[in-house]
Amino acid sequence: MQPLSRRQMAWRAAQDLPEGAYVNLGIGLPTLCGDYIPPGREIVFHSENGVLGTGPAPKKGEEDSDLINAGKQLVTLVPGGSYFHHNDAFLMIRGGHIDIALLGAFEVSEKGDLANWITNDPTATPGVGGAMDLAAGAKEVRVLVEHITKEGEPRLKKVCTYPLTAPGCVKRIYTNFAVIDVTPDGLVVREMADGLDLAALQKLTEPRLTLANDWKKLTAPAM
Amino acid sequence: MIDKRVPDLAAAVAGIKNGATVLCGGFGAVGEPIALTEALLDLGIRDLTIVANNAGTGEIGIARLINEGRVRKVICSYPRTTDPRAFEAAYKAGRIELELVPQGTLSERLRAAGAGIGGFYTPTAAGTRLAEGKETRVLDGKTYVLEKPLKGDVALIAAYKSDRWGNLVYRKSARSFNPVMAPAADMTVVQVKMIVDLGSLDPEAIVTPGIFVDRVVMVR
Repeated sequence: MQPLSRRQMAWRAAQDLPEGAYVNLGIGLPTLCGDYIPPGREIVFHSENGVLGTGPAPKKGEEDSDLINAGKQLVTLVPGGSYFHHNDAFLMIRGGHIDIALLGAFEVSEKGDLANWITNDPTATPGVGGAMDLAAGAKEVRVLVEHITKEGEPRLKKVCTYPLTAPGCVKRIYTNFAVIDVTPDGLVVREMADGLDLAALQKLTEPRLTLANDWKKLTAPAM
Repeated sequence: MIDKRVPDLAAAVAGIKNGATVLCGGFGAVGEPIALTEALLDLGIRDLTIVANNAGTGEIGIARLINEGRVRKVICSYPRTTDPRAFEAAYKAGRIELELVPQGTLSERLRAAGAGIGGFYTPTAAGTRLAEGKETRVLDGKTYVLEKPLKGDVALIAAYKSDRWGNLVYRKSARSFNPVMAPAADMTVVQVKMIVDLGSLDPEAIVTPGIFVDRVVMVR
């Protein structure tokens, strides 16, 4: 079997972002998607701290300490970009003006429930940030998540075991093994990594999977 | 003559009392009013409630107040920011209370306080642990959570430029929570990088009009 690397997962998710979309990338893995937009496609990245049109990391010597993204990394502004305050940043999110939020996850349920802000570890410091606003307010929520935990436990669950970020919000899941849609009939596999069949993927997934008739092999360029 | 300029940090924070709810602008350390926040130390005040997006970075600003034992409670969206060691140590030792608020709800609660709104229904956090104990309402088939305004006794904010009326402009993503907090407190104090002549700020570019500002101090 040939699962995707984290960068390949980000590449795969980036290919589905449509021309002209306003997109919020969650911190961590989703942020990498910004590096893999197909040439010629114009997509505007929204950052919850008040930036529309974040660009790549600055070149050495061109860093500006007043310009960061939601993950508090130094970024640049693309031509046409703008700055605004927090209320407008979240008006865009909560008011349904963001076309797609690409978020990380701890777990996703077969109903599209998202858990990505806290585990069941009582000693950990909790933090929610903008996750609940994005999950509740973006027009569409897609998730990037490794299919299983380090211990081999499935992250796709019948019911999330961690507290929810929002119920029923996730439409599409990109993992290192598959691309899966959340539908009213359950989870539908659109793409599978080389060397996997449905039975093998099902063993790594808690809820029942259906294979789409037109399913494809999940591939990404070497990187 | 209206002149909101004060000569130094001591004058900027004079009169802030024990137990105050202090709104602190910025996002992480970007746009955080670090000099004003640290000036609270010299006042000797304690039992503060700090409202901010994060709970302090490294050992500066809010983190320094926490390390010095001045903070009773933090209301924020994301304490696990870059280098949160001050908050985490206090939290794990049980020395500090945390009220976790989703970031957009935090911003809207501040807006409501500044705008004279008694509360609002938001879809954020509906069906989650952070809505427990709160009134919910189904409107047009969607579940919303009632959230109340969040008002400060004082707002400490950072801006780029000001004039003597307290009109403010910001720089890039250092804007963030600062303009949201400026109207949301009984007293608003601003640290700026430069103070310019009245009339020289482009009126089309002023983000926070001086009506929301009480004191301005220049911190280079």
